[in-house]
Amino acid sequence: MEAVPARARVSIACAAIAALLCLLPLPGVPAPWWAVALLAALYAGCERVARSRFVGISHPAGTFYPVLLAGAFLLPPPAAALVAVPGALLSHAGQRPVALRRVWRAAQLVLGVWAAASVHSLLGGRDAVAAGDVPYALGPAGAAVLAFCLVLALLDGGILAVGVGAPPAPFRQWGRVPVRRAWRGLVARSLAPIAVHGLAGLMMAVLWRSPYGPVAALLVLLPMCVSWWAFAQYHRERAAHQATIRALVQAVDIKDGYTRGHSERVGQASMMIARELGMADERVEVLRFAGILHDVGKLGVPTRLLRKDGPLTPEERRVIELHPEYGHEMVRGIGFLGEARAAVLHHHERLDGSGYPYGLVGRQIPESARVVAVADAFDAMTSTRSYSRARPVAVALAELERCAGSQFDPVMVAALVEAVGRTGWHPAVTADDEKPQAPRVPPPGAPLSSRPGAHR
Amino acid sequence: MSAYRPPPLLTLVHACAALLAAGSLAVTLYDGLEERRVALAFGVLITVGELSRRNGAQIREPAPLGAAAALSYALLGEAGGRATHHGPAHVVAVVLAASLLGSVPHIARGQGPTLDHLARRVLTVGFVAVCFQPPYNRGMFDDWGGPAYALLLLALLSLTALCDAVLAAALAHTRTGWPFGPVLRDELRAVCGIGSAVIATGAVMALAVAVVGLWALPVFSVPLLLAQMSFRRYAAVRATYRQTIASLARATEVAGYTPCGHARRVAAVSQAVGRDLGLTEAELTVLEYAALMHDIGQLSLVDPVPAGATAALPAAEQRRIALLGGAVVRQTGVDEAVAVVVERQADPYAEQPLAARIVRAVNAYEEKSREGGPGGPLTALEELRLATSGTYAPEVVESLARVLARSSLTLPVAG
Repeated sequence: MEAVPARARVSIACAAIAALLCLLPLPGVPAPWWAVALLAALYAGCERVARSRFVGISHPAGTFYPVLLAGAFLLPPPAAALVAVPGALLSHAGQRPVALRRVWRAAQLVLGVWAAASVHSLLGGRDAVAAGDVPYALGPAGAAVLAFCLVLALLDGGILAVGVGAPPAPFRQWGRVPVRRAWRGLVARSLAPIAVHGLAGLMMAVLWRSPYGPVAALLVLLPMCVSWWAFAQYHRERAAHQATIRALVQAVDIKDGYTRGHSERVGQASMMIARELGMADERVEVLRFAGILHDVGKLGVPTRLLRKDGPLTPEERRVIELHPEYGHEMVRGIGFLGEARAAVLHHHERLDGSGYPYGLVGRQIPESARVVAVADAFDAMTSTRSYSRARPVAVALAELERCAGSQFDPVMVAALVEAVGRTGWHPAVTADDEKPQAPRVPPPGAPLSSRPGAHR
Repeated sequence: MSAYRPPPLLTLVHACAALLAAGSLAVTLYDGLEERRVALAFGVLITVGELSRRNGAQIREPAPLGAAAALSYALLGEAGGRATHHGPAHVVAVVLAASLLGSVPHIARGQGPTLDHLARRVLTVGFVAVCFQPPYNRGMFDDWGGPAYALLLLALLSLTALCDAVLAAALAHTRTGWPFGPVLRDELRAVCGIGSAVIATGAVMALAVAVVGLWALPVFSVPLLLAQMSFRRYAAVRATYRQTIASLARATEVAGYTPCGHARRVAAVSQAVGRDLGLTEAELTVLEYAALMHDIGQLSLVDPVPAGATAALPAAEQRRIALLGGAVVRQTGVDEAVAVVVERQADPYAEQPLAARIVRAVNAYEEKSREGGPGGPLTALEELRLATSGTYAPEVVESLARVLARSSLTLPVAG
């Protein structure tokens, strides 16, 4: 745990002082204490429940903003800002230093809500809410949501730039981020979810002011809670699913000891090539899976053959060469893998038609398979096998370039050379490394000889 | 409880719904529509809700927006400050017409709502409207305070949801012969999920339309649509997950350790037995995954077991394979319970969890009946019964016999 930089402490102190100034009551405006208390309790309670039940799951919008925004639409700015304080101070900070993170969170929310409430009342939104004039009330509410979103993004980016991670996910690490990158995407990512929360907040506010009172307003939160719950379940299930994909690979490892981590590294190299070729993010992800799963068919090859020391007979070789077809047979039922399935089937094809299983030539080989073939050969050369020692990255790349055109697609080889030349080759995660928190440490299975040449 | 009943209940429910629908349509045609603008707005919303319907066994409430809009129309007392005067017949007619209209594209694609869904929609909406509209139009709620009125709507909708759950469970029970209790439990659990969102939105929409007029309809649909989207994504990722597990299970088949389709058949029969024994939805999922992966331990063997028939191996060897399988499953990040079932599948039944007993018996049945040829299933069942002392749990074997006798192994869509 690094120490918190002094400039970060100063920024947080400044934000906290600004927040305290926002909380000063306006002269001559009576504070509706019971509404403040009710909303504050509601916010704190929701926050508590959400954090305790869905530990470790980050919601895109982070917290129960509908309650805060309803407060901003209902109350004068200082009172609305006060609603956020207990919930933020009691919230689950996750990482140390807890106190500092809570103070920062509270200050941030107070400033955001205060800005939203100010904009809203300046535009006359509170009268529209009280009158239940919905088409008109949407305007000020939209402006308020925008203000809220901007203030949060500004503060988040600012604190990243001066060197502190913002408290909740996604910025978990304390550390300095280049100023230009700090703000990128913050507004765009949070605007849509916060807009929906703003709509829910507006509905709460309208019903709160109606004859039906706070009881009806609370009902608005129920669909939000349900959708949040489903969202959390979705994330949990997705994580489990990814783990299961890894397990498919680990099943190969059980049979074929010396390729430990090979699949993950091929996945990583495939991803680098796909990125370099400028493919869309989803396709990059599919290609990563293609790399991870390319040898899954080895499950179908008798263990005796995979573990055999010494030369294979032609018959045995033919049995081993069935593994792409076995693999395809296994993964063809998994819909989301898309073109990764073709990659599993064709990753041993060669451009000149001398590969297997079908001896396809040139463009007949699916693009995904051409990517995985290069990544596979690259990792095979740079890691230690029972029949050969690991070669340095530069030598492996030269060898790939030599075979480009006859065995490999020159485009893919060029992309890999380019990507490795720029970022280096850090085989980070392996199948037997269960601790993704320490990605910089070379895993025991990864050959050290792949490190030199990485930073050319 | 589990004896198969001929479906007089089914005809009764459908007949009631048809009668109610026909009567309402006749009354509405005779009287004409009151407050056409309001009726049209709600009709459009219900139609849109139906258009966004997505059928699937994973989704309990396929068209939450349509359901919520229909309920809130049944509970509508005033719109934008002016009292409305529509009666129950009118409500049912509008909801039915809009639902049918919204289903047209789905029916064209051959995946429209089932008759059960429509019947339930008509009956629940009719129930709510009959409970609410006549007393309201007679002014019985006039001197109720605002919050009390809101709570009244909520209570009425909750009561309706409970009745609907009972009705859905009864229909599912009649159609499939699954025991009533567990089906009802699953239906009630669904009421707590998306069901509660539908109830809350239904009540809130009725109140909000009273306060701000018809503008409330689109605005208040947004959170429910969000919930619907979240649930769909959840269902989609679950479906993908299931595919992946099934593929992992196929590894043993591809490797030639087990015959083709073995894992899938064991999973299907295990699920049917699990339902018959009254497992919950979550337990059934665990059972399904465990049944799919029950042979995964064989991958660790250097040489395959002949024909993958583990049931014929010595007990110690069976246990060793089970433990190896459990170790693989543990690494997969699947629910811990699945690994436990896989690990314990070869233990004597007295020490096993129920799911493991089911997997063991069904696996043995599948292997033995495959070997037996044409008369295989009967002989296999007989062998299982005779081997009961200590190996296969008697209640599971009896349940298996019931399931096979019913032989309704194609699982119909629930409720």
